[in-house]
Amino acid sequence: MGDIRLMKGNEVIAEAAIRCGCDGYFGYPITPQSEIMETLMIRRPELETGMVVVQAESEVAAINMVYGGASCGKKVMTSSSSPGISLKAEGITYLAGAELPALIVNIVRGGPGLGTIQPAQSDYFQAVKGGGHGDYKLIVLAPASVQEMNDFVDLGFELSHKYLNPAMILSDGVIGQMMEKVELSEFKPRWTEEEIIAKSGTWATTGKTADRERNISTSLDLDSAKQEVFNHKLQAKYRAMEENEVRFEKIDCDDADYLFVAYGSSARICQKAIELAREKGIKVGLLRPITLFPYPTKAIQEMLGQVKGILSVEMSAGQMVEDVRLAVNGKVPVEHYGRYGGIIPTPDEVVEALEQNFLGE
Amino acid sequence: MTATTELKNIISEENVVYKKTSVLLDNEMHYCPGCTHGVIHKAIAEVIDEMGIQEKTVGVSPVGCSVLAYNYLDIDWQQAAHGRAPALATATSRLMPDKYVFTYQGDGDLASIGCAEIMHACNRGESIVVFFVNNAIYGMTGGQMAPTTLEGQVTATSPYGRDCHTTGFPMKMSEMVAMLPGTRFVTRESAETPGAVRKLKKAIRKGFENTREDKGISFIEIVGTCSSGWKMSPVQSNVWMKENMFPYYPLGTLKDE
Repeated sequence: MGDIRLMKGNEVIAEAAIRCGCDGYFGYPITPQSEIMETLMIRRPELETGMVVVQAESEVAAINMVYGGASCGKKVMTSSSSPGISLKAEGITYLAGAELPALIVNIVRGGPGLGTIQPAQSDYFQAVKGGGHGDYKLIVLAPASVQEMNDFVDLGFELSHKYLNPAMILSDGVIGQMMEKVELSEFKPRWTEEEIIAKSGTWATTGKTADRERNISTSLDLDSAKQEVFNHKLQAKYRAMEENEVRFEKIDCDDADYLFVAYGSSARICQKAIELAREKGIKVGLLRPITLFPYPTKAIQEMLGQVKGILSVEMSAGQMVEDVRLAVNGKVPVEHYGRYGGIIPTPDEVVEALEQNFLGE
Repeated sequence: MTATTELKNIISEENVVYKKTSVLLDNEMHYCPGCTHGVIHKAIAEVIDEMGIQEKTVGVSPVGCSVLAYNYLDIDWQQAAHGRAPALATATSRLMPDKYVFTYQGDGDLASIGCAEIMHACNRGESIVVFFVNNAIYGMTGGQMAPTTLEGQVTATSPYGRDCHTTGFPMKMSEMVAMLPGTRFVTRESAETPGAVRKLKKAIRKGFENTREDKGISFIEIVGTCSSGWKMSPVQSNVWMKENMFPYYPLGTLKDE
């Protein structure tokens, strides 16, 4: 049995970072995720593992510190919430353009603008479709429990270093603030200088030794022909992620006539809605995307011969529903149900939306 | 003996009194004639060579004319987003404390868009060296007004001369950062004469030595020219710099602790 605790999602992000051998965290306070940096400051990992924790002067500085640390081949991360992620967008596209690994945590709150500090899922487009400029993609992981907040820190670092691409944990204020039972990961040592050179010596800026050419961490190429070739390489990488890294969970789908598609907090609400609907005799299941990019398009398509309608549930005005519709391509009706601006839907509302949309009630 | 043979005899190892440092690569520089960047690059490369720290030095280049500095010095480089070089250098220096980390930034990069990053890196006293090349104009984008543009100076975006009542006043970055307890060494140098380059090299060495001793940030401003942006010949540019830049941005060490 591992180390089992009752912890807040945000605190678990901090603890998981220390335990997975993270080298550096660079952040700026913003509600509802400030516990991540606060927990790190209390834990003082610099004394335990040597991990560096810096409170930056802005989200912009924090993400650029991440760029510097990632350039050194280190495991580095930042966290923020929606308005802060908008500020980090510049640094995120530079990370993608320079093919640097890093972990970015977004504990989403309602927007637009300063919005609210309450939970929302209205940053799906920003996380999955872009956010910054240029043709790039993030690996996006959507935890639906405090346990997954723990697990996805290590997974996020693993995938970002595997593909040399930034990864994002797209969570929300519900998962960040709620306490749940969690089995913490075992401690892993930080990589040594020798391990970093062995792993990333072809690109990491660890100091140019006589046995190699200088390493340059850049996203600049003024030659358009070369820039297009580079973009082809990025696209090939994203296709490989779609091939190998799709993750999802199916709940009560075997006999389902209808399907909820929902991630994160909304998936938790849908689980309760399934119980309520089934008490009424409505057979509904849940497909929960765990990776939002790459998206479980094929998994949705495999349900099309079986279900009569799909309800995409998201705490937004309807963002992920566009990807569900692209997957379904008109073969069955797809509708969206969402509350937003910081309001969390109840399971009853979700069942009601299912009935109204598909059962003529 | 023909002239060629005579020349070949002179070019021999025992007669070498000066040679280009191997830290400075042979790539053709993209800088305009009369630009100060090339001289400053060479001075930094020579000090890195003389101190024997090539394998332990990481440079961070900005956005601006010196964005491509990584093509000229044979060390590892990170290329930063506009103004953010001190943030990259902060993380690099903290995660690899045995390395010599420097930023190389122009006036638009450091004094305008990157004002927050440089102020806070200085305030935290990061163990890095900052090279701030001040030529009072945006070079790369075609000669627009910078925060350091002098009053009355004509640029592409101050075509009738900088009007300080509407555009603010030329910012003295060295004086500002020297006020912060985190800065250890703040100096303003130039590179228009051999004597000035020798002084500059001394400052560069002191900066890297401070890094080694974990003595906080060293801020080295170099007042330079931009012949293309100023629309003057290289010779005229040096005269203009001495007559107009040096009185407002006086050379010399502001702080050395």
